[in-house]
Amino acid sequence: MAGYRTPLGHARGLGSAKHGVGHFIGQRVSAFALLGLTIWGAWSAVSVVAGGYVGARFWLASPINAALITLLVVTGFYHARLGMQVVVEDYIERKFTRTVLLILNTFVAAGGAMLAAVCLLKVAFGGGAL
Amino acid sequence: MAEAPPGARARPLSPHTTIWRWHITMAASILNRVAGVALYLGLLIVAGWALALASGPDAYGAYTGRLGSLVGRVILFGVSVALFFHMANGVRHFAWDLGRGFAPKTADATAWGSFAFAIVAAVALWTVALTNGAL
Repeated sequence: MAGYRTPLGHARGLGSAKHGVGHFIGQRVSAFALLGLTIWGAWSAVSVVAGGYVGARFWLASPINAALITLLVVTGFYHARLGMQVVVEDYIERKFTRTVLLILNTFVAAGGAMLAAVCLLKVAFGGGAL
Repeated sequence: MAEAPPGARARPLSPHTTIWRWHITMAASILNRVAGVALYLGLLIVAGWALALASGPDAYGAYTGRLGSLVGRVILFGVSVALFFHMANGVRHFAWDLGRGFAPKTADATAWGSFAFAIVAAVALWTVALTNGAL
């Protein structure tokens, strides 16, 4: 009779869900990629900002720049989604609020990554033309 | 979390932030999380920049104009400090994952180093930006 068992009794002996390791590895591999990507990104931002609108489009017309900045944004949102997930899980105790925030986190990260990728590639495929 | 059964005796909790003396490793740990959340905002700013760039010169001018205002620059500088701190502290985590750097003195030194790197790298980046005519 499952209803008479304590929550601890339910969980005892089952072991871990064996899903945590995917999060752990994903966070570290994306962190490793972002180490290089963000150094390049911060350095590039200085020259891109100096070039104004025309300079930014010209910069993005380079396939290397377009690939790296898209990779940076997508990897960044992936890493940020994993990190924010842990923050929500740690501090939000109420189950409904927590679930809503976790779903919202996924939607914002996926939406931000997709929007940025489409915008960057639109400009990149336009060859920097005005 | 499972609810405690009604009438259960209050059980002792593990020591919490309120009773610990502040220490540099504790500050680095907490601020690493704060920096990560700030960088979420930073990514949204980059996504907004991409949208403005794809939307034409008027939208781009309006967006970069706002980023270039005093409030915008303060936010961007804060994001750059958060980026370099999160980066340096992430390298500490890589070392810990390899089982290194746990000795208290080492952990203290690398925590101070992360803060120092964050300030120095951000100031260096903004100095280059200033001399490069980006600001």
